[in-house]
Amino acid sequence: MSIKGKAYIVGIYEHPTRKADDKSLAQLHAESAKGALEDAGLTRADVDGYFCAGDAPGLGPLSMADYLGLKLRHMDSTDSGGSSYIIHVGHAAEAIAAGKCSVALITLAGRPRSEGQATGTAPRAAGGNAPDVQFENPYGPATANMYAMCAMRHMYQYGTTSEQLAWIKVAASHHAQHNPRAMLRNVVTVEDVVNSPIIADPLHRLDCCVISDGGGAIIVAGPEVAKSLKRPKVKIIGAAEAPKHQMAGHVDLTYSGAVWSGPAAFAEAGVKPADIKYASIYDSFTITVLMQIEDLGFCEKGRGGKFVADGNLISGTGKLPFNTDGGGLCNNHPANRGGLTKVVEAVRQLRGEAHPAVLVKNCDLAIAHGTGGSLGTRHGAATVIMERE
Amino acid sequence: MPSQERKIQAPQPNPETKAFWDAAAAGRLMIGKCTACGELHYYPRAICPHCLSDKTELQQASGNGTIYTYSVMRRALVPYAIAYVTLQEGVSMMTNIVDCDLDKIRIGQAVRLVFKPSESGQPVPMFTPV
Ligand SMILES: [Zn+2]
Repeated sequence: MSIKGKAYIVGIYEHPTRKADDKSLAQLHAESAKGALEDAGLTRADVDGYFCAGDAPGLGPLSMADYLGLKLRHMDSTDSGGSSYIIHVGHAAEAIAAGKCSVALITLAGRPRSEGQATGTAPRAAGGNAPDVQFENPYGPATANMYAMCAMRHMYQYGTTSEQLAWIKVAASHHAQHNPRAMLRNVVTVEDVVNSPIIADPLHRLDCCVISDGGGAIIVAGPEVAKSLKRPKVKIIGAAEAPKHQMAGHVDLTYSGAVWSGPAAFAEAGVKPADIKYASIYDSFTITVLMQIEDLGFCEKGRGGKFVADGNLISGTGKLPFNTDGGGLCNNHPANRGGLTKVVEAVRQLRGEAHPAVLVKNCDLAIAHGTGGSLGTRHGAATVIMERE
Repeated sequence: MPSQERKIQAPQPNPETKAFWDAAAAGRLMIGKCTACGELHYYPRAICPHCLSDKTELQQASGNGTIYTYSVMRRALVPYAIAYVTLQEGVSMMTNIVDCDLDKIRIGQAVRLVFKPSESGQPVPMFTPV
C-alpha cells in the first residue's frame, strides 16, 4: 500500500515565541495545536489521531491528550529526536490511508532557552540503560563535536572547505532577514562565518543553529476533509524513514540515513530530486545540510561543498532554495528539534504563503527532510515529499 | 594547545559489560567477537550485531589504530579531542586523543592505546599519537 495522495497537510502553525519564560511546556503544545486547528478551519472535536515525540510532557501522548481533552482512536509517540515530526507526517498519512483516523494532530514544543540549556556543548547526561552510553560518555560527546567529527571527515575525504559550509549559513541569513521573528536577522558573509569562534573543530559558532524556545503543530487529514476546507491543498505523495548507526563498529560518518529514506520517498512519490522546487533541509549545523543534500541526491556524494557555494541555496538566485524562513540556523529550533518547522515552511511555500521576498515561483513540489539524534553516532532520517494540488 | 586533565565521566558497567571494564582495569582493551559468524564488533555485546548469535566472546585488541576522524571541543572548561579510532582489527571506537598537542592531531595518524582514570577510578581506553 502506498500513501501517495491518501492524505493532505491541512493545517500548520509555528509558535511565535522564541523565549517563553512566561509559559509552560504543555501550554506551548496546546497553543500550537490550537493555532494549527484554526489555520485548517477545524475544531478540537475533529481530531481523532494524535502524534507527539519526547518533547511532549508526560508519558508518550497521554498527558497532552488529557490536557487538550482529546478523544482519540489513534496515537503515536515515535521519537527520533528532531526528525520525529517528519516521521509523524508519514505515519499520519499511513494511519489515515488505513482508516485508523481521519484528522491527525502533531505537536512540538520546548523551552531550552528559558531553561538555560547549553544544548550544543554540554556533555550528554549520564545514566539510563542505553547500551552505548558507557562506551561513549567518558569521552565527552556533546552535540557540536559529534557533528564536527562528520565535518572533519567530509573535509578530509572530499576536500570540503569551511568556506563552502559557510555558504549554507549565508543562504539561511539571506532568508532570515525577511522573517521578523527570526532570532538572527542580519545577513552574514562567508568571512563572518569562518571568522566566528571555533566551537568544535572545524565548526564555528555560525555553523551552529540557534537555541530557541517555541513550538509548532501540523494537521494531516484525508482527501474528503481536505476537500471540505477552504485552503490551498498540499498533498503528501511520498514519505520514508530510516535509522543509521555505528554499524557494529564499521563507522562511516560520510553519509546519513537520507541515503535510504530519500530514494524510498522519491520512489513512492514518483519524482526525482531535479523536480523539487523547494527544499526544507534539517539544519542543526551547516554540515547537516550539506550531507543531506548529497544523500538525497541533489548532487553527487562529495560534491555538496561545490553545490551549496555561491548562493545556490538562496531563493531567487540559487537552484535549490532551502529553509526560506531562516531555518534552524537563523530562525528558530524549538525544543532543539527542527523537523516540524521544516514541514511548516515547505507547506507555506506550496500554498504560496511564504514571505514574498523568498517565495519560490510556481512551487508545486517540495521536500522536507530531517536528521534526529546525532549524525556522529546514531540518528533517524525522515523524508516527506509534498505536492500542491 | 597541550591536552590537559579533564574530568572523565565514569562508565556504569552492567552484567553484560562487567568483563569488558574488568579487563580495562587490568590494562586490556577488548573487542567483541562472534564465534558463530566470525565477525568482530564494537562496542562488545552479548548478542552479535551481525548475526544475533549469543556465541560472542571478548578478544583482546592490539591497541594499535589510526584516527578515522576527530574534533577538538574548544568551548569547554578544558578543551579535549574526541575521535573515532579504527583499530588494527578493523572496528572503530569512540575515544579521546590524549597526551599530545591538540592542534597537531590529524586524520590518518597512527595512535596507540593508553588508559586514563575516570571519576570513579575505573580506567577507560584512550589513545595517544605514536
Ligand atoms: Zn555473529
